[in-house]
Amino acid sequence: MKRARIAWAGAIHDAVESDGHLELLTPAFRGRRLSLDEVVWLPPLAPTPPHRPRTILALGLNYADHAKELAFKAPEEPLVFVKGEATLTGHRALTVRPAGVAYMHYECELAVVIGKTAKKVQKADAYDFIAGYTVANDYAIRDYLENWYRPNLRVKNRDTCTPIGPWLVDAADIPDPMNLALQTTVNGKVTQSGHTRDMIFDVPFLIEYFSSFMTLQPGDLILTGTPDGVVDCQPGDVVVTEIEGIGALENTLARSPE
Amino acid sequence: MNPSPPPFLPDGTVYGTLLNFRHELALWAARAAEPPYKAPPQAPVLFIKTANTFSPHGAAIMLPTSVPEVEIGASIGLVIGFSEGFESFPSADRSQPAMNNEAAATLPGVVGCVLLNDLSIPHDSYYRPPVKFKCLDGFLGIGPRCVPLAQAGNVNTLKLEVHVNGALCQTVDFHTLVRDAATLLADVNAFMTLQPGDVLMLGSDCLPDGTRPRARVGDRIEISAPGFEPLVNTLVGETA
Repeated sequence: MKRARIAWAGAIHDAVESDGHLELLTPAFRGRRLSLDEVVWLPPLAPTPPHRPRTILALGLNYADHAKELAFKAPEEPLVFVKGEATLTGHRALTVRPAGVAYMHYECELAVVIGKTAKKVQKADAYDFIAGYTVANDYAIRDYLENWYRPNLRVKNRDTCTPIGPWLVDAADIPDPMNLALQTTVNGKVTQSGHTRDMIFDVPFLIEYFSSFMTLQPGDLILTGTPDGVVDCQPGDVVVTEIEGIGALENTLARSPE
Repeated sequence: MNPSPPPFLPDGTVYGTLLNFRHELALWAARAAEPPYKAPPQAPVLFIKTANTFSPHGAAIMLPTSVPEVEIGASIGLVIGFSEGFESFPSADRSQPAMNNEAAATLPGVVGCVLLNDLSIPHDSYYRPPVKFKCLDGFLGIGPRCVPLAQAGNVNTLKLEVHVNGALCQTVDFHTLVRDAATLLADVNAFMTLQPGDVLMLGSDCLPDGTRPRARVGDRIEISAPGFEPLVNTLVGETA
């Protein structure tokens, strides 16, 4: 099942994909079908309970080729940073490129959504703790990179800069998340292509690693890093980050208001 | 009868700030020019304390057996509220008058502040994000109340005291901030808009020698400041 969270007709709705349409789950409209073009797409994630802001972990340099591209040796343990929920935005959203920056690039990433409380999970059991998968575009603005808690939040935690979606695909529908092709196009031209089998730290490893010291809760996210092929993007560019079997996440860069 | 409300817990993301006290920044000046840093920080250096770290006031905080001691980062967090005209932050103390003093006017969007105990596994490098040092379960003690700004007064003149097992081991003077509360808030909001429920820590200071106070299993850590109910947490060992 592919699940979505959308705004339509003055309210927010949960929906599922059905024959190329969105089928609403909202009781008042249950079963009603909408076209993919007549809704506003939100991150495909249920809100978290009070006092439990969503934990969003993101990996740096988790593909050997990307690590090489950025002139690093492959890390010996996961290079992880944390993002706040406010940086998330949905499918077909606008992402703001600040005025005067020289290098802003997308990052196509497999996003893992945790399905149940995960504490000290073993690799062999890790898949039992996954609700599903979606696509994230973890934009970075390299002009702002500083070597303090790098990558720093000014690079990685900006308003509008983490599109995610369109679908949350149930884990049961993705038998092997480590065998998926990734691709990014900019204005229709392929600029990035890779494969999840090339991750340095695979999904089961990451769940074991994180849950060894931090308890993950349903709805928490792990953005698993990006392969090589990142390029600068300009206002007006349409960036589509796509993962085989999971979805194609479209985003358009916008000029900053200044 | 008016039962006391449950201890405050954040609803949003808790952001921490590194190197926001002049003394520690000065101690880092020489190293900051060297690799891997290569230059002193320009923008605020931030990190996130994830939800699994939240320990309410009074809670026991469990240290893994692999962690013999932790650093205490005594801090104040600015709690972001809802816009005027909307319901104020639900956990804030509404018996106090609305924000109407000078301090509040300089901190737009902030509804109050809270004592925080930002625990870390000691680490020498500030190069990589500190997730494995700072985001262990329970590693953020959270003060019992979100104190309205009108009551807390000027946060830039607060003094915190850190007691471990009753002995004073640090006084933190917020008069020595690199970025005062208003400046930090503005510099952070310049690239990421803090949301209602979010908390922005002003940072924690080091001791004169550059270290932070440390604590071990069995220790009782108390962080206090005038106008605030103290924040108390006790460190306990990992149960088998």
